[in-house]
Amino acid sequence: MEYDSQLRSPDLRKYIGKLLLQKEIPQGVLSSNHFTQIPSINRKTFHYQCHRCGNNKRSLFGKIPCGLCQKEHLYCRSCIQMGRVMECEPLFYWSGEQLSWPSYDAPLTWEGSLTDAQQKASNNLVQAIQEKEREHLIWAVCGAGKTEMLFKGIEYGLKVGKRICIATPRADVVRELKPRIQDAFQEVPIEALYGGSDDRVGESQVILATTHQLLRFYQTFDLMIIDEVDAFPYHHDPTLPFAVNRAKKSTCTTIYLTATPRQNLLLKMAFKQLPHTFVPVRYHGHPLPVPELKMSYSLHKDLKQKKFPKHITNWITNRPKPNRQLLLFVPTILLAEQVVKNLQDITNGRLGVIDSVHADDPDRIEKVDLFRIRKIQVLVTTTILERGVTFPSVDVVVLDAGHSVFDEAALVQIAGRAGRNKKDPTGEVLFIHDGKTNAMVRAIQSIKQMNKRGGFSL
Amino acid sequence: MNCLWCNEEIMNEINWSTLVFPTKQKNICKRCEENLAIITGSRCNHCSRQSEIRICNDCLWWKNYNNGKDTIVFNYSIYSYNNDMKEIVAKWKYRGDYELGYLFTHSFGQHFRQKFKSKKDVIAVPIPLSEERMQERGFNQASMLASFLPIQTKELLSRVHNEKQSKKSRNERISSQNPFILKGSINNSVILVDDIYTTGTTIRHAADVLVKSGCPEVFTYTLIRS
Ligand SMILES: [Zn+2]
Ligand SMILES: [Zn+2]
Ligand SMILES: [Zn+2]
Ligand SMILES: [Zn+2]
Repeated sequence: MEYDSQLRSPDLRKYIGKLLLQKEIPQGVLSSNHFTQIPSINRKTFHYQCHRCGNNKRSLFGKIPCGLCQKEHLYCRSCIQMGRVMECEPLFYWSGEQLSWPSYDAPLTWEGSLTDAQQKASNNLVQAIQEKEREHLIWAVCGAGKTEMLFKGIEYGLKVGKRICIATPRADVVRELKPRIQDAFQEVPIEALYGGSDDRVGESQVILATTHQLLRFYQTFDLMIIDEVDAFPYHHDPTLPFAVNRAKKSTCTTIYLTATPRQNLLLKMAFKQLPHTFVPVRYHGHPLPVPELKMSYSLHKDLKQKKFPKHITNWITNRPKPNRQLLLFVPTILLAEQVVKNLQDITNGRLGVIDSVHADDPDRIEKVDLFRIRKIQVLVTTTILERGVTFPSVDVVVLDAGHSVFDEAALVQIAGRAGRNKKDPTGEVLFIHDGKTNAMVRAIQSIKQMNKRGGFSL
Repeated sequence: MNCLWCNEEIMNEINWSTLVFPTKQKNICKRCEENLAIITGSRCNHCSRQSEIRICNDCLWWKNYNNGKDTIVFNYSIYSYNNDMKEIVAKWKYRGDYELGYLFTHSFGQHFRQKFKSKKDVIAVPIPLSEERMQERGFNQASMLASFLPIQTKELLSRVHNEKQSKKSRNERISSQNPFILKGSINNSVILVDDIYTTGTTIRHAADVLVKSGCPEVFTYTLIRS
């Protein structure tokens, strides 16, 4: 591993490939001619754009009487969580010497093996990187084992000295990926960046990050892997694709991973504008569990009266495999707390420990860990656990599956939580509703379709 | 118009009364407004804390500490400091999202008219930030709130050393040196304006300076009682 002399200084390494605010760079470093300034906010008569996040919605620009320059001017409200972009202060990107990243002879320390379906995807991915394809999509069903499919591609990248980013919209997914990737590449420095993470520098050759964190990077990655590309907020917030694009070098290869591609990617595939690999079988070779719809006429009346529908309690207590844990999805935080109380009252301890978890829950990480080691038997959750998390043996219930938070992708992902483990490759999936929605119907259709393409006839 | 907090578009209700008396459009949507907790029911008449007793123990302590007559006549606050409000304040003050202050344009003015309309010839004085903090943040949230009031505002105070009070105990804070100095002279009664009333120490330091320089009465008006 050789670095050129100047950049051996660890003080400077962290600025390479970054786009930063003035206050993020110490004065001494700033005056060293390693940076190029660009205006932070572009202002035309009817159009503003933030050059850090790409925001161009007028309602997401504010005006501030600035105490620094004594004028009233714009600031960006869209990316303010990463520090305030002010119109009077330029942005700085690293334009000093580029670091050549080390090439590794044998970086992959993982010794597992791939199934035939995984192997095919893995080969296609390596080829896409070798041939410098611009984009490649891997469409792999929930539980296909997509992380393992990435290893050979990352290995190839490290052998030829590429800088690699694995980005995903969700911090939980970053947290879950970090130990698995680090374990597979034990000698390679890998940093995980997300709001509140310990690694906050971003100077490693391999970066795992939420798409938000890429707002601070500038034309630095040779290989960009975007996991869960269809997840919220990536598909919802145009500043995130903007940030991802800016973080890539112009010669970068981008790999998308998803189990539930959205319309835009489906269309690109249909028009043959996006090379892709389809992986329709789970790593253990069993089909995806197909959700069962259960009508509950009194659902909304019951929930309003803070009651839990009685026939659902019966279903829960009479499941074919009562030893399985239960993952119960609800549309709102309020309902999560209420359902925990209901179930505790009704079952009187017979189901074991029942708890709830949601996005703002301070104990969220701990509760998920407790569920994983079976210290909690029933976990009532909002959609935060719809993807990226794996539990060995669960049945899955969606309460009020007709609610608008449960779109087709969410329902397919939720159903995909069941039957993840070789030892218990199936599981019950129940959608409770008081009126079928298109999302439910399409989710079930697409699960059946994938099973069919995987060679299962049901 | 989009809600300043959730950025959803605000739908205006249209009915006879809004057609005949067009009201000013709000910056906050109904749902976000409902998540803020306006202090209602019985409160301490002196500091606005939610309380069954008319004057709470803290206020009795202050009275006693100042030899029977507190330096402020009373404090009035609008909201309690619930989690939603904490998130808003964090983004407004610490991230520096200036425009979020406009979430309170309407309520800060409205409650003022209810509570202070009988006070004649009073002027608003915002609690200042130190130079250092002002550099960092670029604006003073108390001055912003004062600008929503229908009375004259004067920046009469300056802060000579910094705000890092939170690590000290109450007694240390109270006995610590008064950080405020008066920049001009004052003959009118004053309403001191700040975002949060926590222990009331900061605001009493400011009031002290005003009273000692001849200010007849000091009231305090704060957005939040924490
Ligand atoms: Zn921005
Ligand atoms: Zn300025
Ligand atoms: Zn709102
Ligand atoms: Zn009181």
